[in-house]
Amino acid sequence: MLEIVIVSTLNGVLYGMLLFLLASGLTVIFSMMGVLNLAHASFYMLGAFFGFEISRRLGFWPALIVAPVLVGIIGMLVERYGLRRVHQHGHVAELLFTFGLTFIIKEVVEMIWGKLPADYRVPPSLDFPAFTLFSSNYPAFRLFVLLIAVAIFLALLLVIRRTRIGLIVQAALTQPRMVGMLGHDVDRIFMLVFGVGVGLAAVAGVIAGPILITQSNMALLLGPILFVVVVVGGLGSLGGALAASLLIGLVQTFAVAFNVSLADLFGDSAAGAVLSVWLSDIWRVTVAQVAPIMPYLLLVLVLIFRPRGLMGTRDT
Amino acid sequence: MSATPVRLSSAAGPARATPLSRYVIWVGLAAILLLLPYLFGSRLALSTMSLMGTMIVFALSYNMLLGQTGLLSFGHAVFFGLGGFFTVHTLNMAGAGSWLVPLPLFPVIGGVGGLLFGVLFGAIATRRAGTAFAMITLGIGELVASSALILRRFFGGEEGITTDRTDVFRLFGYGFGPQIQVYYLIAAWCFISIAAMYAITRTPFGRICNAVRDNPQRTAFIGYDPGTVRFLAFSLSGLFAGIAGGLSAINFEIVNAAQMGAVESGTVILMTYIGGVGNFAGPVIGAILVTWLQLILSDVTQVWPFYVGLLFIGMVMFAPGGIAGLIATQAPIAAAGKLHRVLPWYMLAFVPGAAAVVGASILIESSHQFSVRAAYGSSLTLYSLPFDVTSPVPWLTGLVLACGGTWLFLRAARLARNAYDLAMAQGRDA
Repeated sequence: MLEIVIVSTLNGVLYGMLLFLLASGLTVIFSMMGVLNLAHASFYMLGAFFGFEISRRLGFWPALIVAPVLVGIIGMLVERYGLRRVHQHGHVAELLFTFGLTFIIKEVVEMIWGKLPADYRVPPSLDFPAFTLFSSNYPAFRLFVLLIAVAIFLALLLVIRRTRIGLIVQAALTQPRMVGMLGHDVDRIFMLVFGVGVGLAAVAGVIAGPILITQSNMALLLGPILFVVVVVGGLGSLGGALAASLLIGLVQTFAVAFNVSLADLFGDSAAGAVLSVWLSDIWRVTVAQVAPIMPYLLLVLVLIFRPRGLMGTRDT
Repeated sequence: MSATPVRLSSAAGPARATPLSRYVIWVGLAAILLLLPYLFGSRLALSTMSLMGTMIVFALSYNMLLGQTGLLSFGHAVFFGLGGFFTVHTLNMAGAGSWLVPLPLFPVIGGVGGLLFGVLFGAIATRRAGTAFAMITLGIGELVASSALILRRFFGGEEGITTDRTDVFRLFGYGFGPQIQVYYLIAAWCFISIAAMYAITRTPFGRICNAVRDNPQRTAFIGYDPGTVRFLAFSLSGLFAGIAGGLSAINFEIVNAAQMGAVESGTVILMTYIGGVGNFAGPVIGAILVTWLQLILSDVTQVWPFYVGLLFIGMVMFAPGGIAGLIATQAPIAAAGKLHRVLPWYMLAFVPGAAAVVGASILIESSHQFSVRAAYGSSLTLYSLPFDVTSPVPWLTGLVLACGGTWLFLRAARLARNAYDLAMAQGRDA
């Protein structure tokens, strides 16, 4: 039992930190530009596929640097020539633009790499067990992913709290027009922030690719959970995004670990008597089977009891 | 020509429509729906038109949210799918218990199911507007779609629930076995739904929806709670989506969980937006066009979603009013009798535009063949011309056509734009 708890906690924190790598970029982009980038998970997928392709040719370490930079540049181009143009038509058009982008990126990825999973493996230099816990080995690569995620989180915190750029970004979060008045090129800040944001998503893609499956539907699988994270955390709140990422990461991993159903807990006899035929599905379903819908249930519950999200301050 | 920003104004037609001309449109629509099977009588055409009719209702119901009330929902297929499931289950019960209810009334069940869940989910989702609303609907969509795989008794797991539409009570001997009878059933419901949804846009409620879309604060000041209005619009749109789902269930005799998923929700956004959200007829155009494209393109190419995606992005970037918006911007010129002044310029822009599309499709198809379909060899037939994708010829041709075509198109579009402005000015002076 203790083993399950410790391993699940590690995996949950790992998954949560990966989510936060994506959610942080998404949150900063949303706070500054008012655009929720629906294609954020698609950039994460691009990162994974770029990472796969580059690590196949040059090795994993160059891929870890080059792939996010490439994706960041693509992101900046998208912002400069797509999003900025659509901006004049309002927020709905911006959302729809990024929504259309998810189609395009998915199709391009399928055109180049096909629909089957890519053979993206853990790099040999990190392919060893880090430590043995009770009876099972914990892979070093997972520990490495966790370290990278935490390191990026700390670096981000330092940049935002301690540097001039961070100050301007912070100011632009709440007072974009005033920042413009003070002589900063807000358009360029937006472009940079968009590039860095999707670059972070790409880092998540490069390091998550070997653990999760690198496939053309990975954006579709992760995207909705990501949006749950930012809404549950409170739109535009970095702290909320961190809390929600960890919460959802832990909830999902722990749910998968427990193979218990209501029928197991309360016994079969009571079930037959009380519940109608239609509910028999719910009665027998195990916690592990419910894991995929946990984030969405959480979303609905949070919205009923705290519509602004955990740490949200804004109304829309 | 295409860069005209179109204001998402009200969905109403011209204000000075006389009662006569108003009815002419509806009689014409009914006549078209009645006569279509005589023009296109093949089995394929009939099933295509049945599908289009269903999608028209679905897209129009979506536009009640997006176009009329300004709510961007990413989970609208939930109501479509639930409507379908409710219809299928009732059909099966009716077949087993031999109820005295004829098939044409069953879409009502779908509508009621859609309405019930519209009320339920609307109560949660419409507490917020804007981006948060969009995310909540996305979450609700995922919630329902993934629960569908858990609640197997109701949703039938991955294979779905099947039914037999001929197995219910027959009124006047119509068994609804042949597709033509199903077509008329769908056409009738399509007509009723279009008329009902149009009527809603003309009521004070429809106007208040537009007001909530354009300025929720002022709407609140004149005494209408924007949240309540959004909630009502959301529920009503669930009702019509449910009807569409019921029609689809009757048409295909099967409903599965995929019909409630993100892909279906995405399709209805594509249809509605490509057609045009600012005009009542827009979603109708979009539903017909996108359904047709899906059928035609999926025969020709495997990467057809890419083309639809490009079309969608192009619309969002350059023609936010959609196809209906593009047509509507020509209306004042046509009314002034100046259409002959602009048409030649449109033709001029069309030629390089078409060349650019051809060039881009050569590039796309070649790279698809080159990378994914490499195992099937390197020969490809496009526009009935066979060629080899390993030679540089198709790539160069595609590149030249795409780049040159785009450049010339942009220049011609600027000329067309000038001609349009000139004709507008002349029309105003005249």
